[in-house]
Amino acid sequence: MADLQQLVSTVISWASDSEQVEAYAAHSRDADVEVYQGGIETLSTAETDGVGIRVVLPGPDGNRQGFAYTGSLDTESLQACLREARDNASFGTPDPFLGLAEPDDVEPVSLDIYRDSLASFPTEAKIEMAMELERLVRAADSRIRSLRSASYGDGLLEVAIASTTGISRQYRRTGVSVAAYAIAGSEDDTQTGFGYSVGRSADEIDVPKAAAMAVERSTRLLGATKPTSRRTAIVFDPYVTASLLSILGGTLNAESVLKGRSLFADRVGETVAVNGFSLIDQPTNPLAFGATPIDAEGLATRELALISGGVLQGFAHNTVTARRMGGAARSTGSSVRGGFKSTPGVGCRALTVLPGTLSQAEIISQVGTGVLVQSVSGIHSGVNPVSGDFSVGAEGLLIENGQLGAPIREFTIASTIQRMLMEILAVGADLEWLPGGSSGVTLAIDGISVSGA
Amino acid sequence: MGNSTNAHPAATLTLAGDDLVPSDTLQRVLAEALRTGGDFAEVFIEDRASSSALFDDGRVEELTSGAERGAGIRVIAGDTTGFAHTADISESGLLAAAVAAAAAAKGGGGGVKSVELVRRVGTSIHQVVTPSIDIPKLRKVELLQRADAAARAAGSAIRQVTAGYGDSRRRIQVANSDGVLAADEQIRTRLMVQCVALGDTGMQTGYDVAAKTVGWELFDTADVEAIASKAAARALTKLNARPAPSGVTTIVLNQGAGGTMFHEACGHGLEADLVLKDTSVFKGRVGQQVAAKGVTIVDDGSYAREWGTSSIDDEGHPTQRNVLIEDGVLTDYMWDYRHAVKEGHAQSGNGRRQNYQSLPIVRMTNTYLLAGHEQPDDIIASTADGIYCAKLGGGQVNTATGDFVFGMVEAYRIENGRLAEPLRDANLIGNGPNVLQAIDAIGNDFATGVGTCGKDGQGVPVSDGNPTLRVVGAITVGGTAA
Repeated sequence: MADLQQLVSTVISWASDSEQVEAYAAHSRDADVEVYQGGIETLSTAETDGVGIRVVLPGPDGNRQGFAYTGSLDTESLQACLREARDNASFGTPDPFLGLAEPDDVEPVSLDIYRDSLASFPTEAKIEMAMELERLVRAADSRIRSLRSASYGDGLLEVAIASTTGISRQYRRTGVSVAAYAIAGSEDDTQTGFGYSVGRSADEIDVPKAAAMAVERSTRLLGATKPTSRRTAIVFDPYVTASLLSILGGTLNAESVLKGRSLFADRVGETVAVNGFSLIDQPTNPLAFGATPIDAEGLATRELALISGGVLQGFAHNTVTARRMGGAARSTGSSVRGGFKSTPGVGCRALTVLPGTLSQAEIISQVGTGVLVQSVSGIHSGVNPVSGDFSVGAEGLLIENGQLGAPIREFTIASTIQRMLMEILAVGADLEWLPGGSSGVTLAIDGISVSGA
Repeated sequence: MGNSTNAHPAATLTLAGDDLVPSDTLQRVLAEALRTGGDFAEVFIEDRASSSALFDDGRVEELTSGAERGAGIRVIAGDTTGFAHTADISESGLLAAAVAAAAAAKGGGGGVKSVELVRRVGTSIHQVVTPSIDIPKLRKVELLQRADAAARAAGSAIRQVTAGYGDSRRRIQVANSDGVLAADEQIRTRLMVQCVALGDTGMQTGYDVAAKTVGWELFDTADVEAIASKAAARALTKLNARPAPSGVTTIVLNQGAGGTMFHEACGHGLEADLVLKDTSVFKGRVGQQVAAKGVTIVDDGSYAREWGTSSIDDEGHPTQRNVLIEDGVLTDYMWDYRHAVKEGHAQSGNGRRQNYQSLPIVRMTNTYLLAGHEQPDDIIASTADGIYCAKLGGGQVNTATGDFVFGMVEAYRIENGRLAEPLRDANLIGNGPNVLQAIDAIGNDFATGVGTCGKDGQGVPVSDGNPTLRVVGAITVGGTAA
C-alpha cells in the first residue's frame, strides 16, 4: 500500500511547472479455483499492477488533456508513459472545463471493506469450498444432470491516486465469491440456473445458499414452454432488477446529459416514476459491493439521491461535468474508471432503491396474473439507453391466481424505460446487495409486452 | 471467400521475427514448470502497444496510449490446470511464475524433464502494409474530424456524434513442453462512429464501424465519410420508425448483417469445451443433419485481413479453415489444446485468450455462413410479410438450451415483397437448432461484420459473415406493437 502511494507521488513529482499531472495506480491480487466432477479443473493466481497518467496542459483557449497507461512499473516505463500522455495532450481540443479534481470539503468516510483474513486463507480451503458447492448441487436433486462449473474466486484491490492539484488518497478492499452453474433435466429438456454467494472474506460466504439457488433456478424451469404473446404485469427477481437499476443509473450521469444522450435531460424536478420509487447511489454503504471511500479522481464518495418519490433530483457528476454544467453543480464524487487503462468517466457505484414492505410472495399474490422473470438475456443488445427502447430475452414462471405456475422460456419482454418507471406496481422488501454496482429487490411492473408463440 | 495464405509483397513477415524472450530462457522456464510432475507446460509471452483517439461532442476529447507486456504460464497435471502470470518477463520473473503455476497444478511424480524447442516454420498470413502505430497522431485526429463533419452534414437532426479510432500492435510468442515455439505479430486498426438524432418521437441512435487486422491501409478501402454517413442515416431513419411487432415472424437478414445470429445460434454451441461439459445442444450430433440443406458454416482464423484473424492461435497452433456444418450436416467442433488432447482430436487453431493474464479457451475467429445461389432481391420479393434486418447488434446464447437473442439496430417491415416502414430497436429470440433448420433461402451475395466476443469474462476480436437469407417460423420478434 505504501509502495503504491509512493509510486504515484513520484510520478507527479516529475511534472513540469506548466502542466497538471495525475497518476492513478492499481494493484490487484486474485485467486480462482474451478472444480469439475470432484477434481480441480483450474487453479490460477494473478497479480496485476498498472498506472494510468493524465496530463492537462493549460493554454490561452482552454486546457488540453492526454492520457497513457503502462503495465510495467519500472522508472523507465513510467517516464515513457508520462511523455506519451504529455504528447497526447498536445493533440486535444482546448476546453476551459477540462482539468483535474481539486480537494473539496468532503472527507472520505472510513469503510469496512477490507479483510486482513483473506491474505492468510489457505488455497486448500478455497478448493474445498468449491468442491463442497459442487457436491451440494449434485446431491440436492436427482434432476441435476451436471454442472458446467463450480468456482471460488477472491480478490484484493489497492488503489492510490495523486495529483499536482493536491489529491493524495488511497483505499483497498477485498471480495470473495462462489458460484455454481447447474444443468438440470434430460437431454430432451435441459434447463440451466446459477447460484452464488458473495462477501468480503471467506467466512461471509454461504455455500449451501449458493447451491440451493442454482438447484432451484435450474429445476423450476424444467418442462418450460414458449408462452403466447400478451401484455401483462411482470415481477422481476432481485437479480434481474439489479441489471435494470444499472441501466437506469447509466442514463442519469451528467456526461450523457451534457452530450445529449440522456432521455432524462431537462427533466430535473419532474415526475419520471411512480411515487413509491426512489433511486439512490450509496457508495458509502459498506454492505454495497461497489462501495469505495473515494472516487476515481480521488474525491470522497457520497450518497446521492437521483429519484425521490418519483421526482428526478439530479445527475451524477465528476469534476469536468460539474464545471461544464456550471451553476451550482459540483462533483458528486461519481468519477469511475474501468481500471488503470481508462480515463475517468461518470457513473454510479452502489445503486439502490428505498425498499417497500411486501415479500416476493406477497407481490406475486397481489399481481394475480403475470410473469415472474428469473433471468434476462441480451441486455446490451436490447436496451437502448438513449431512446429508452427496452426489449430483452427472458425465462421464468407464469403467475396465475396469485401463485407461481408453469415455467416458460424463449420469449421476450418489451416496453420503454420511461413507461416502465411510470408503471411500477410494487417494490419489494427483500433488498439485498449483489455483486456489481447495484442492489437487487423484487420489482413488479405493469403493461409489458410478452412476445412468444 | 478463399483461405488466403499468400502474403502481400509488402507484408511484414513476422513468424520468424524477433523473439520477445530467447528460446534458451524459455526452455529453462518450461523445465522449471514441469518440476513438480506436470504433464504439459506452456509459456505465453505478449507485448501489446495501442493507441486510441476519441472525438466526442465536437472536441478531440482524448488521445490514449497504452503499453503492456507480460507472460502467462500454465501447467497441466492430469485434469488440473495451474496458471500464473507476471508482468516481469526477465528470466527470474518467468521462473517465479513457473513455480507458482507448477505449485497450483501439483502433479504426481516430479523429477527433471527437459524441453527441446523446435521453431515452427511458417510465414505470417498477415498482409499489413503500414502499421498504424507508425502514423502521426495528427492524421488520426484528422480522420475523426472528417467523420464528425460528415455525420453532422447528414442532417440537422443529428445532435451528437462520437467518433473513435483505435489501433494496436500485439506481439505474441508461445513455447510449450511439446517443443512448440511460435510467434505472431497482429496489427489491428478500427474506426467507429455513433450518432444521436433528435426528432418528434425522441432520440434515436445509429452506429457503424470498420475494423480489420491490417494497418493504416484500412482507410484505402474503408471510406471515412461513408462510415459516418451510414451511422447518421441509421439514426435519422429510426426517427420515423414504428415499434417493432411482437410474435413469431419471417426474418430476412441482409448480407453481413446477421453473422451475429449464427455466432450465437450455433457457433458457441460448437466449441469443444462446452460440448464436452454437456452444455451444448449440439453434443453427440456430428454427422447429423442439424441445419437446412444448403447451410455451410466455417470458422476461419487464417482469412487474411479479417478482424478475428491471426497466424497462430494463442497456444501457438496455426490457424486454419474449419468447416463446422457442411450442407446442413454437422462435421466438427472447434478445439483448443486441452480438449483436443483429452479427446484424441486434432487442434483446430481455436485456442484464444484476451491477454497474457488469461487462460486460453475455445473461441471462434471469423465465422461465416457461406453464400448460396438465390438472388437477394428475389428473397425479399417472395416474402409476403416479415421483417428485413439490415443490421443486427450484439447477442447472447445459452448453449445448454440453445436459446439465443440478438438485437436489431436497423430493420424494416416487409409487406407484399417490398420493404416498408423502418422499425425501432428490439431483440429477436430463437432456438439455435430450430433456426438452422428453418433457413429456406440463401442468397448469392456475402459480407462480413465485426465485433468483440465475450466468454468467461474474456473479450476477443471476431468477425461474422453471411449472405442474404431467410428464416421462416422460428424467430420471435420482441417488439411492443400488437
